[in-house]
Amino acid sequence: MMKYDHILIRYGELALKGRNQRTFINQLQNNIRHQLMDFPEVQVKKTQGRMFILLNGEDPEPIIEKCRRIFGIHSLSLAVKVDNELEIINETVLKTLLDHPSGTTFKVEVRRANKEFPIQSQEMNQKLGAHLLKNSTGYTVDVHDPDVIIKVEIRVEATYITSSVIEGAGGLPVKTAGKTLLMLSGGIDSPVAGYLAMKRGVEIEAVHFHSPPYTSERAKQKVIDLAKELMTFGHQVKIHIVPFTELQQAIFKEIPEAYAMTVMRRMMMRISEAICEKEGILSITIGESLGQVASQTMESMNAINEVTNYPILRPLVAMDKSEIINISKDIGTYDISIRPYEDCCTVFVPKSPKTRPRRDKVNQFEAKMDYKQLLGTAVEESKLIKVNDHKNEEDAFKDLL
Amino acid sequence: MIYLDNSATTQPYPEVLESFQNASTQFFANPSSIHQLGGRTETLLTRAREQAAELLGVNKREIVFTSGGTEGNNLAIKGIALEHQNRGKHIITSQTEHPSVYEACQSLEKLGFKVTYLPVNEEGIVSLTELQKSIRKDTILISIMHVNNELGTIQPIEEIGEIAKEHPKLFFHVDYVQGLGKISLNFKKYGIDLCTMSGHKIHGLKGTGILYVGEGVTLHPLLHGGGQEEFYRSGTENLAGAVSLVKALRMSMENMKMNIDKITDLNNHLRQELGEIKGVIINTPLNGAPHLMNISVLGLKPEVIIHSLGEEHIFISTKSACSSKNNVESRVLTACGFSSERATTALRISMSYQTTEDDINTFLNIFKKIVNQLKLIME
Repeated sequence: MMKYDHILIRYGELALKGRNQRTFINQLQNNIRHQLMDFPEVQVKKTQGRMFILLNGEDPEPIIEKCRRIFGIHSLSLAVKVDNELEIINETVLKTLLDHPSGTTFKVEVRRANKEFPIQSQEMNQKLGAHLLKNSTGYTVDVHDPDVIIKVEIRVEATYITSSVIEGAGGLPVKTAGKTLLMLSGGIDSPVAGYLAMKRGVEIEAVHFHSPPYTSERAKQKVIDLAKELMTFGHQVKIHIVPFTELQQAIFKEIPEAYAMTVMRRMMMRISEAICEKEGILSITIGESLGQVASQTMESMNAINEVTNYPILRPLVAMDKSEIINISKDIGTYDISIRPYEDCCTVFVPKSPKTRPRRDKVNQFEAKMDYKQLLGTAVEESKLIKVNDHKNEEDAFKDLL
Repeated sequence: MIYLDNSATTQPYPEVLESFQNASTQFFANPSSIHQLGGRTETLLTRAREQAAELLGVNKREIVFTSGGTEGNNLAIKGIALEHQNRGKHIITSQTEHPSVYEACQSLEKLGFKVTYLPVNEEGIVSLTELQKSIRKDTILISIMHVNNELGTIQPIEEIGEIAKEHPKLFFHVDYVQGLGKISLNFKKYGIDLCTMSGHKIHGLKGTGILYVGEGVTLHPLLHGGGQEEFYRSGTENLAGAVSLVKALRMSMENMKMNIDKITDLNNHLRQELGEIKGVIINTPLNGAPHLMNISVLGLKPEVIIHSLGEEHIFISTKSACSSKNNVESRVLTACGFSSERATTALRISMSYQTTEDDINTFLNIFKKIVNQLKLIME
């Protein structure tokens, strides 16, 4: 087996980012370092236009797995770094080819960024190809549709040899596009909405409405586990756990049943906005998909949105349920989301909620209810949970495992 | 005491026992109970599963906690056979498998399945060409062990996996009980669909184990009931067992990183010294597992040597199930083409990471003395 010592990181869209490019690349480097904290030997380095992970003896596979979840990485390749000497390059290219026993055709692509190197790229292509054909059996050259493409980049400091290209997560590095407050219920949709926001470089903080004893500790744990899953794409996630029982009971006592859900959503939005204001967060993200349920009709959105002028990000708005489910399976949140615990949205479901609520009616009902104080208490008494890291187990569990 | 029977079972690490006791004391609730203590217990089970998955480089959904190697092998083999019998009824395994694989396959033959038992060469290795040739349209499972429990032979799992990958309709099961914690195995890369592991071979407790069930693989359960472990194994979870197993797994893997060279050196030392004793034949092939050494002492009944060593508080074993009246040949050694005498006089020395150089030297000295004495008596 070939011993790879590098992973080469390519960042597609970032290269276009003009004057901000440096900020983006530095953030990407930080994010990669953060995700690879468990591998103390590993170093993340930048050279002109490229980023490298120096493996220093670590097994590349688990590192690649982590990197595939880091936004801002367009693609990555395992690479070997060798001196700029023909003989060593020859030898390494051959080893790389023999590492792909299933392939039968190959192509060599030389890029000579270092013009000092005495052999020109075209000539180098031919030399390497000839060396491979002479020293292997069963392989032929195919420049159009090869099974194996071996890239040789001759740079000033060294030559990098890579073969397969592994697709990255794309997007922009998390933390380059500000912070949003994600309303995280525990269902299938909200974690996917969070994931998509993160993909565009957004950092997330979450808010969860907890209604004990109607909702259990397990529902809360579910949200923590979801946040942990999301964290593998970014950094620490803070969750604001809002005690919602009293407000929820008041709503269902005082508001006509058909409008109770609309009012509940408006209350959640008000609380979320208050948290945003307190924490300096500039937008709210929710997992609504148009027409999915009663609260997600155009009329509902209009009635609910009235209470805030913060931007509301709805990354799922035009997606089908099946598309959302597919993403949630891909990112590992599906199995957590389907745990069958009641959450704040499923406990007090009216038998026939209004699918076309009207602003004037809602305001009329709300006017009769004194919710200001309950709302304030809910915000004040909300608790912050910092979901750090998988490694950071509860103390009670730590010695056991 | 010098304990050199670690392939039979190991002494639990004190930390593992402590973990079992604490988990049993603090988190005794049923993880399926909806009250708070049940919730905490369930969370702990999830953490244990996550950690096992991380250590093995797989997804947490692919970890099924079992009662050990025998259950894991039975669940994998019978589970695949029963679930996929409509697709075919042919299974391929080898002549040198552990009884829990071998007998499970024999039992399936009684239910109308056809089983090919691949022969092995004198090193105990199955032939890849034979394997290729044995695969039929109706083959649903290949079950080959990683490290042989008697001989220490390492099967070419990666190459077998490559062959299995060419036939996406069949499943590939590996009995990894002896290899776990000694030689790492990349399940995903080698195309392994099912992999059996046992706790008590890695200083965990008896009655604990893991069956890796790769994503997309479906099994017919052996135990029906409350649907625990993704419906593959009903029955209230052995939470403390699972937790302590994961602890043992972590410690064994750390030990593997630190001490694999030491145990390999001891093994080479054993091979050299034993090889020089007259009448001793080394059965374990040169590139076998680092912790295991199988030898035959021609002309001497193995149990006599075991008892003599036992008097000196040194414990090794024989795998050729002997009784004082009948010498039963080892199926494994016979499959390697060894003579009847060699196959009935086999002894197995198996080390752990705790075995020291002193242990091995003391064992060698006493072993040489005993063999010489017994030979004098016999002559």
